[in-house]
Amino acid sequence: MDVDRDALIWMYTKMQTIRQFETRVARLMLEGKLPGTVHLYAGEEAVACGVCANLGPADYVSSTHRGHGHLIAKGGDLDKMMAELFAKSTGYCKGKGGSMHIASLGVGILGANGIVGAGLPIAVGAGFAAKYRKSDAVAVAFFGDGASNQGTFHEAVNLAAVLKAPVIFVCENNGYAVSTSQARHQTIVDVADRARAYGIPGAIVDGNDVFAVYKAAREAIGRARVGLGPSLVECKTYRHYGHSIGDPGRYRTQEEVDAWKLKDPIPRLRDRLIELGVMSGEQADSIDQEVAGAIESAVRFAEESPSASLEALLEDVYAPSGN
Amino acid sequence: MRQLSYSKALNEALRSEMRRDSSVFVAGEDVALDDGAFRVTAGLLGEFGPDRAVDCPISEAAIVGLGVGAAAAGLRPVVEIMFMDFVGCCLDQIFNQAAKMRYMFGGNITVPLVIRTPCGAGFSIAAQHSQSVEAWFAHVPGLKVVMPATPYDAKGLLISAIRDDNPVVFVEHKRLYRLRGDVPEEAYAIPLGKADVKREGRDVTLIATSMMVHEALAAADMLAETGISAEVVDLRTLVPLDLDTIIGSVAKTHRAVVVHEAVKFGGFGGEVAASIMEEAFDYLDAPVKRVGAPFSPVPMAPVLEKAYLPDRNKIVAAARETVPVRVK
Ligand SMILES: Cc1ncc(C[n+]2csc(CCOP(=O)(O)OP(=O)(O)O)c2C)c(N)n1
Ligand SMILES: [Mg+2]
Repeated sequence: MDVDRDALIWMYTKMQTIRQFETRVARLMLEGKLPGTVHLYAGEEAVACGVCANLGPADYVSSTHRGHGHLIAKGGDLDKMMAELFAKSTGYCKGKGGSMHIASLGVGILGANGIVGAGLPIAVGAGFAAKYRKSDAVAVAFFGDGASNQGTFHEAVNLAAVLKAPVIFVCENNGYAVSTSQARHQTIVDVADRARAYGIPGAIVDGNDVFAVYKAAREAIGRARVGLGPSLVECKTYRHYGHSIGDPGRYRTQEEVDAWKLKDPIPRLRDRLIELGVMSGEQADSIDQEVAGAIESAVRFAEESPSASLEALLEDVYAPSGN
Repeated sequence: MRQLSYSKALNEALRSEMRRDSSVFVAGEDVALDDGAFRVTAGLLGEFGPDRAVDCPISEAAIVGLGVGAAAAGLRPVVEIMFMDFVGCCLDQIFNQAAKMRYMFGGNITVPLVIRTPCGAGFSIAAQHSQSVEAWFAHVPGLKVVMPATPYDAKGLLISAIRDDNPVVFVEHKRLYRLRGDVPEEAYAIPLGKADVKREGRDVTLIATSMMVHEALAAADMLAETGISAEVVDLRTLVPLDLDTIIGSVAKTHRAVVVHEAVKFGGFGGEVAASIMEEAFDYLDAPVKRVGAPFSPVPMAPVLEKAYLPDRNKIVAAARETVPVRVK
């Protein structure tokens, strides 16, 4: 597989950005600086980045409760994201949505989602609209192993298959739905098995290997762009933090967590890229530092922004209508 | 008396009913191994085993359906929907299946099912994790709707809900789970359909549900300081509705303010207000007032959420509007 150098550097930078964003957000949460809750994506960065490296701004993404990574990989603005987490008026949703509801149609983000499984049918609709307009845009639905048990998963995959909608269903199989391990919530090992039931291709990849994700996504997205319909790509991965902030994760053993941390996608990519001569260790360090600067500046932007405005409370309930 | 939190009181109700009746079981997402998102089902797996404390996949329609089918087949399921906002994923099983089976089938099937679910805002978790949509259920013939406000009521009402032969939507409140109060150790049942006068007063009746009962009580304290004596009626169950207690109170105070956290427009308060107008018009000295949330989804930002939520100040303001200014 040929991947150009810029794309590789892009993937490393975005993965590093997501990791540092999440690490910083975890700290801000524990310091009591952010309201509400967050579901952190750390550990799963290769999935969002390997997929989104194949997407352009016209392509759509429907995200989940664990959405920061999808947003960053799809081109979300760090300042506006951070400001939203701080409930500031400069945030993506004027402080009205928060972590679970960031949307930015400008970069094709149909929204994070508080309802597990709700993003899949929405992606089918966006894919349908792209096809309807005769563009070659595609829609990606990110969803978890837990979400694959919702009726919406089955209905959406079947509908997309029947309509040959340009949709890529990307399962982020991190082995758990909150406390419930995959073995306790479904009797299959591979969510991708479910693709066959709806007559679409299903691929299984190491979700902590960004090359593997990139390659599988490229194939699925390529098919969708030329009208061959939907595919399912299952990425096996793991979340480093608890389900949400404050979850001690009693249901996972320390050995399991440690074993997965050894498979951390970021050092893996860093080592590969250095080995391949794509970048040097010093270059990697300077990317890391640049990212750190961007994150700090996002925090500063958020902290200095005005808080959500009371006028916004009753705004946006309806679009202004023409009559 | 012994003090217990609202969540522990609910837990005790589940535990005692499960001990008493082997047909009672609980099912839902993360209810067994992880003790439930709000720890209401804590310890049930250990005591009753995986057949009676059932962790389910994220499949709300199937979870409620499991409850409906098991109830029709003679068990007494208590299913949990982790947040009330998620009922959208399983509404058909609730309002077309559970609610209608007995009637449609001419009384041939009963559905002794409890659907427990927490409502309410106050945690900055935004529009899909903060709603109070009890009015949707109160509008469906065949369902009972319960909303306890105190640990004592929580235990007694949950026991009644489990023993009831009808589908009961049992609405808890996230901000109440840690509230402590007197709870007797023995099992006791509070009949569904009985409101409770939580404070007696002469000048105005504050009719409230769930979390708003506590705001109404605080409002009554504030009103007392200005010489207005408020009675606080906790509905406890929306269906059946205890109109007798409401009318009895209005007959005494001649004024009423109906309060709930849910959106005011189309909310259950409209039903209460209209019933007072229909049944007790002659007692009224002022139009019935309503306090509820504005017509918007729940915002995330704490400042907006605070402005959004009904509270003691808004209740006091509404109550004042019903009471004539006393000129000394
Ligand atoms: C309809 C619905 N049911 C339940 C929840 C509560 N909940 C939030 S995330 C989650 C687990 C999701 O698991 P999975 O899809 O595997 O995603 P992960 O959290 O592992 O990324 C649950 C049960 C919800 N938000 N929406
Ligand atoms: Mg998962």
